[in-house]
Amino acid sequence: MEINEMLFLAIALTTVLSALIVALSKKIIYSAFALLLTLIGFAGLFIYLSADFLSMAQIMIYVGGILILILFGVLMTQRIYDPSQITAHNSIWVSLAGGIAMAAITGAVVWLNPWGKTLAKDFEYSTSRIGSELLTKYLLPFEVISVLLLAVLIGAVYLGRSREVHK
Amino acid sequence: MIQLNTFLIISAIVFSTGIFTILYKKNVIGILMGVELILNSVNLNFISFAKYSDAQINGQMIAIFIMILAAAEAAIALAIILNIYRDRAMVDVTLIDEMKN
Repeated sequence: MEINEMLFLAIALTTVLSALIVALSKKIIYSAFALLLTLIGFAGLFIYLSADFLSMAQIMIYVGGILILILFGVLMTQRIYDPSQITAHNSIWVSLAGGIAMAAITGAVVWLNPWGKTLAKDFEYSTSRIGSELLTKYLLPFEVISVLLLAVLIGAVYLGRSREVHK
Repeated sequence: MIQLNTFLIISAIVFSTGIFTILYKKNVIGILMGVELILNSVNLNFISFAKYSDAQINGQMIAIFIMILAAAEAAIALAIILNIYRDRAMVDVTLIDEMKN
């Protein structure tokens, strides 16, 4: 077994196991920190798929942005002195049934579908290609999504301001 | 060993875990974490198809747009969650049912 395959196995196991910790942990703050490991594991997997730009974007957007937001949310909404609220969950059997049904569907699709011939592409730096694609073929979605981000910015500020301002 | 199916299996496991998380958690932020897991596994699928069955890198472009949408979704969702918490002093989805009756 080569060294990069062992590293791949370690990254994949970390990703999957910490995703399970996110799902099964009793305390929401543990879930948040396990989500950190999952997101970093995904960034590592992206490198194996020659997506170096996306790997860095994953760390900057997810770990640096979304996870910090989620941690803020956890810490601002948690009633830490009420253990019954912290450990409240829905029925585990119903949820497990849903998860296993989803796993069966996706597993069946992965196994039964003939994926055809796969290309054997070497690792290539993708940043310059992404840049030129973004300004030629994907120019319209790029512009539309900038408008969307402006709308999200205004909406988040509107939703997040305090009530006293309204009166 | 590292081939298309490996990534698809990892992605399927994480996707199912995300569905399980959404069903299992009562905390709104826990559900948001499940959504993030699902979005990440979809991204992994797109990028692995971009490497293994596409001469271009269209999958990576779509993954970029998914990331942007995920960031926007998380920002708006947390603003809404903080508003709910300010009104009700709890974030339990099974108790937020004012519009039911």
